[in-house]
Amino acid sequence: MTTGRGTKVVLSIFAAIAFLFVYIPLAVVLINSFNAGETLSWPPEGFSTKWWGAAFSNEGVREALITSVVLGICATAIALVLGTLAALALGRFNFFGRDSVSLLIILPIALPGIVTGIALNNVFTSFLGGLTFLTLVVAHSTFCIVVVYNNALARVRRLGGNVEEASADLGARGWQTFVHVTFPLMRSALAAGALLAFGLSFDEIIVTTFTAGPGITTLPIWIYQNLFRPNQAPIVNVVAAFLVIVSILPIYFVQRFSSSDERGGGLM
Amino acid sequence: MHTARLLKMLAVGGAAALVLAACGGGSDSGSGDSGGVPDVPTYAGPVGDGEGALNILAWPGYAENGSTDPSANWVGPFEEATGCKVNVKTFGTSDEAVKLMQGGGWDVVSASGDASLRLIYGGNVQPINMDLVPNYADIFPDLKMKSHNSVNGVAYGVPHGRGANLLVWNKEKVGENVDSWSVMFEPDSPAAGGVGPYDSPIYIADAAVYLMATQPELGITDPYALDQTQFDAAINLLKQQKGLVSEYWNDYLKQIDAVNAGTMTAATSWQVIVNGFDPATIGAVKAKEGATGWSDTWMVAKDTPNLNCAYKWLDWIASPEVNQQATAWFGEAPSNVKACDIDPEQCATYHANEPSYWENVYYWNTPTEACLDGRTDVKCVPYSEWSKAWSELRS
Amino acid sequence: MATTTATPPKGGFGYRHPRARLAALLAAPMAWLVVVYLGSLAALFLTAFWTVDGFTGALVRTFTFDNFVEVFTTPAYLQTMLRTLGIAIGVTILCLLIGVPVAFFMARIARARWQPLLVALILTPLWASYLVKVYAWRAMLSPEQGVVAWFLAPFGLDSPGFGELSIIITLTYLWLPYMILPVYAGFTRLPNSMLDASADLGAKGWRTFRSVIVPIIFPTMVAGSIFTFSLSLGDYITAQIVGGKVIMLGNVVQQNYVTNLPFAAAFATIPVVIVLLYLAAVRRTGALENL
Repeated sequence: MTTGRGTKVVLSIFAAIAFLFVYIPLAVVLINSFNAGETLSWPPEGFSTKWWGAAFSNEGVREALITSVVLGICATAIALVLGTLAALALGRFNFFGRDSVSLLIILPIALPGIVTGIALNNVFTSFLGGLTFLTLVVAHSTFCIVVVYNNALARVRRLGGNVEEASADLGARGWQTFVHVTFPLMRSALAAGALLAFGLSFDEIIVTTFTAGPGITTLPIWIYQNLFRPNQAPIVNVVAAFLVIVSILPIYFVQRFSSSDERGGGLM
Repeated sequence: MHTARLLKMLAVGGAAALVLAACGGGSDSGSGDSGGVPDVPTYAGPVGDGEGALNILAWPGYAENGSTDPSANWVGPFEEATGCKVNVKTFGTSDEAVKLMQGGGWDVVSASGDASLRLIYGGNVQPINMDLVPNYADIFPDLKMKSHNSVNGVAYGVPHGRGANLLVWNKEKVGENVDSWSVMFEPDSPAAGGVGPYDSPIYIADAAVYLMATQPELGITDPYALDQTQFDAAINLLKQQKGLVSEYWNDYLKQIDAVNAGTMTAATSWQVIVNGFDPATIGAVKAKEGATGWSDTWMVAKDTPNLNCAYKWLDWIASPEVNQQATAWFGEAPSNVKACDIDPEQCATYHANEPSYWENVYYWNTPTEACLDGRTDVKCVPYSEWSKAWSELRS
Repeated sequence: MATTTATPPKGGFGYRHPRARLAALLAAPMAWLVVVYLGSLAALFLTAFWTVDGFTGALVRTFTFDNFVEVFTTPAYLQTMLRTLGIAIGVTILCLLIGVPVAFFMARIARARWQPLLVALILTPLWASYLVKVYAWRAMLSPEQGVVAWFLAPFGLDSPGFGELSIIITLTYLWLPYMILPVYAGFTRLPNSMLDASADLGAKGWRTFRSVIVPIIFPTMVAGSIFTFSLSLGDYITAQIVGGKVIMLGNVVQQNYVTNLPFAAAFATIPVVIVLLYLAAVRRTGALENL
């Protein structure tokens, strides 16, 4: 490694500051969740665990959490299937229009959420009889495809076609090759993609606002609504703090899992 | 439950108002031709046993079953009392409410001023036989038979609650005694640099209310019926105001935060927010020029199969206890006179039983090309233009 | 049209008929994206040429360029477009300035056993609600009373308050992980041998960085910038909460889409065109495969 000692020290300090930049606001959220007062003002008015109690006994937040988890799972499942198929196609084949196809896959995340949101809203409400939970799943799946695709594509590239050729040479059919050869090799990349897709869906608010059926409250929508309610802001802080704490473990394990074999490309 | 109110304000915008010419022409004066009202029969009664089910379409916070806050539950007791199993669906905008009502399947709906007329003229709701709603007798007279809940002397629903948009100010920075919106509009205001207008096109009506008092020559009689000249005057006033603004606010938390921090020193507000401020430092008043406000109505779907349960709900939600509970939780004035016997403090806070207080409160309506104040010689500026003008102003 | 590196005619049908296999693989994702997504975008774009009836508010399906004319001839709107573009560029630059060194640190300086933890630390904030984070920044940036003001007070400074700068800071915070992660992945793929070779040839650290690392990392930086740029371009909630008087493109779209969908649609085509131009410009760098 050629990086000089001085550069290393400077970069380490810089990174430390950057991590502080990332975590100070989260610390503010955590501290505010124990704020005895009712707004988000700083410094807190006093220490209290009452909001944690209130959050855990709040039925609305539990229902919203379940809605978000179910939505995330549905959207991730669809994105996994479509993203993997697309990655296999684009990773293994060169064909006319390949660039356009990859652009099309990226488009839902590259175009601003509000555009995706009102475009889907317009079609769903004008032609397809209104918004439901299903429309929300469709919208989320659309922008989740790209993260699964990216992770899967990086893996497909790295694997090369050799193992599959070998499998075919041994007489395996396409599906058998996928189940017994390709899929096991891609598993960790898919897990990473799935986690990211789930996370993306879980915290999405803009597209969600425009495509959620009436009465469907995902966690971000619940949070948005509660920021407008008197006396509920600290509960929102509790929910956010809780999510951060709970999310560290799965992220860490998937990360360990995917780095223990070959590292996936892209966002994970 | 300020989402609801916020969304409602947005929804005034959302109103792709299908109000027919007939309605627009006479909505405030009651003088319009109402040939466009579909002939929907009124239920003659009597209200018998419940059908066992009721599908309610409501603003969030209007039909609570304890799931948001265990202490807010007036749906559960209704189910026990009537045997009508309730299914509540909340909506975010008046548009959504109208669309859902048009789709059918819902028995009652809590409609705002901008949705109620659309539902009436669209034939989605039925006139109400108030003889079957005993508690209607106790509704404040100044909420009955208004342009947004009745047509041609026929009532279409039971009023729920109302509120006015107030002026709040920082006593330390702006002065002890303030009673006029001028602190939010005039360039020499002591609140310059700390003005906090509400961030919605409907706020143009607030400017119009101020102009009604300060520029009577414009001839504005209804802040939701502005012809192009009047509208331009309101927009110019708002452009002037923009130089004084610190932040436009659109949610409860942002306003509380900014007002308490002392960066927002004069702003529009709601009574329920004001309740959280320290009266020693933050003043609140309904300004002398008058104010904008809201008033909602419970209505019954035209083809409801659960008519008995629907009438039972109308009476239930209008009863003094439930009306008091629901409006207190939402943060607005109850519509039932007797609710004030239960919680005189709430009524005092929200001025429920002071008819004079409401005389210059202009309830939200949807501006259409046909002027809502009955003028037929000019075209008024429709809401879609309000919305664009607001975007341009904010840009 | 389709080719594959594999040639032996064994295995299943798909294996022996690459085109059929390609079609089978692509059918579902393409059907989904073309029908659901492109279809919706096309419908929206079409709407932009319609208008609304001033009286009923209903859509009037007559072809007109009025909405586009209005969008492009109103100075206030042009100002908002430019402001939004400036904010998106500012956020992207800040994310690059912070993200690239951090990614380099994570991939090349930190010990290998710490890397999963560091990546987890970068990913974790993505799980804290977007809204909560924006509100946390509101609390941080509040003039006189916020954490930033509190921190800067000893230096005689105050928080920047709410405006363009606070929007840029907040958006940088929100989208930083989307910059760090692809760049980090790029750094981990950088072969040590290449760095050694550069050093062997006498290149100093900076020179190595500029001539060896940057060309390889560049596509990943562009990939990250696609996220930071387009996420910023379309945001409107952040401006609502920490923008003070300032609004962005998205606010105009959001404000008008219910009352005047054609106008909102015309306005929404601006960020679409900007993003498409950007994607077209960076396509050659290979960035699209490093997202």
